[in-house]
Amino acid sequence: MWEMLDDLFYAYQDLFYGLGVNAILALSMYAVVSLGQLSLGQAAFMGIGAYVGAVVTVKLGLPFGLSLTAAMIAPAIVAALVGIPTLRLTGVYLAIATIGLGEVLRILYLNSDYLGGALGFSGIPEKANGWIIYGLLALILSGFLIITRSRVGRACEAIRQDEDAARVMGINVTLYKMTGLILSAALAGLGGALNAHFSSFISPGEFGFETAVAILSYAVLGGVATPLGPVIGAFLLTALPELLRSLHEFRGIFNGLIIVLVMIFLPKGLLGWRVRRTG
Amino acid sequence: MNSPLLTAEGIGRNFGALIAVDAVSFTVVQGQIHAIIGPNGAGKTTLFNIISGLVPASQGMLRFQDREITGLPPFRRATIGISRTFQNIRIFPDMSVLENVLTGMSPILRQPVWSLLLRLPAARREEAAAKQEGLRLLEKVGLHAQANARAADLSYGDQRRLEIARALAARPKLLLLDEPAAGMNPTETVGLLSLLQELRKDGLTLLLVEHDMGFVMGLSDRITVLNFGRVIADGAPGAIRRDPQVIEAYLGAKVAARLAAEAAKAGAPP
Repeated sequence: MWEMLDDLFYAYQDLFYGLGVNAILALSMYAVVSLGQLSLGQAAFMGIGAYVGAVVTVKLGLPFGLSLTAAMIAPAIVAALVGIPTLRLTGVYLAIATIGLGEVLRILYLNSDYLGGALGFSGIPEKANGWIIYGLLALILSGFLIITRSRVGRACEAIRQDEDAARVMGINVTLYKMTGLILSAALAGLGGALNAHFSSFISPGEFGFETAVAILSYAVLGGVATPLGPVIGAFLLTALPELLRSLHEFRGIFNGLIIVLVMIFLPKGLLGWRVRRTG
Repeated sequence: MNSPLLTAEGIGRNFGALIAVDAVSFTVVQGQIHAIIGPNGAGKTTLFNIISGLVPASQGMLRFQDREITGLPPFRRATIGISRTFQNIRIFPDMSVLENVLTGMSPILRQPVWSLLLRLPAARREEAAAKQEGLRLLEKVGLHAQANARAADLSYGDQRRLEIARALAARPKLLLLDEPAAGMNPTETVGLLSLLQELRKDGLTLLLVEHDMGFVMGLSDRITVLNFGRVIADGAPGAIRRDPQVIEAYLGAKVAARLAAEAAKAGAPP
């Protein structure tokens, strides 16, 4: 009996870890989208975290905790550099700038022998486990849940609903957007490093446009009214392809189909209800 | 009580070749209700956007109390005591009525993020006090019963009053009201009049833009008249009413029409 459960867990271990990591990535998207911004750079930030984390663990031989910390700081710095010129612009400019960032980094990884080039970076020790992944997810999620019910949550909601009205209400909109982008990059970097430390192998192709869209779709599917939305969205869209395994190549259709249906029938996402913003 | 609160000196703004506001100067005196009136397109709303900081001035200088605020971003102006409402109501539709007012308190809620995250006693106290203050403000504008309603579900007049409550939440020294009576029915307008008078009694200075002459004449201590972006008259309501330039620019057609109507009524057989 236990042996069977063990086998089952072993078979689905990567899925189990993937669910948790993707939920963290979805929350990283929430930090931007809850301010009415659109970023397609989550995959790029995730990639920075993955490579930096791998280098710190493998090449520098430092402890896992330091590797995760570095994996959050590095993308946060890049986000600050990207954010300063682009956050003053509104709407799609940030999205376009972040797509550009992803491409630049992909080519950088491809051509760096130090990072394994096109063959990828392998031999990363499997230091991430369920406790670490889900512990961090719980910590981040509760942080978001608490903050959405404070003055900060109200300010974010205000910025999303009417930016100018928020400005004249004494809310420093630029500071909020900058903080949101930097936090989002740090969380994506954390997700990337965790991912690298359970799959033990990363390659430049994993952090491209497709991944960026997948992370965005977690938030779109779940909705951004509550931070629980993107987490549920990530769980569904990560588990679904596994459940539809028998459909082989056609299963990708369902992810797209679900997003289209949600957009038509539940434009605010699966958890699109109004949440309390008072503590 | 007679010290100037807000001074505009030669404020101007052009959008390309269009001069929306042209070298406008005026002074808002502490504790008064000051109205800016003028026909449509006179530049009133642009002037308001310049004062609240949403639109930068092309020329001129703004002073609030003893401080120059010409280049100050809008959120800083809110923090030093300038609040506003909008002509086309801009409440946060998907928030509750109380949450709207609490959002207006942003400049006075000071608990740092880490304290909020750890839900420290100081953070809880601040939030509780804010809620109480918010409910008190809602009572003042008569929306106490709807505190937990979705803001978008309020009637038009109630949404206007909510916007005023939200602007008051920052404890402003100067409240800018952009056409507060627009779209209100006569009962709502009377209620608004007494609310604004009450606010003046509390010591608040009001600067309002209005299209409706009747509304401001009875209410204001001082009126500035704009036409084509320029100040054409500035003074007490009585003087404005008799100013020939104002009558020509603003009242001309209306008064003539009314006089004609009255004459027709008097001349017609009963």
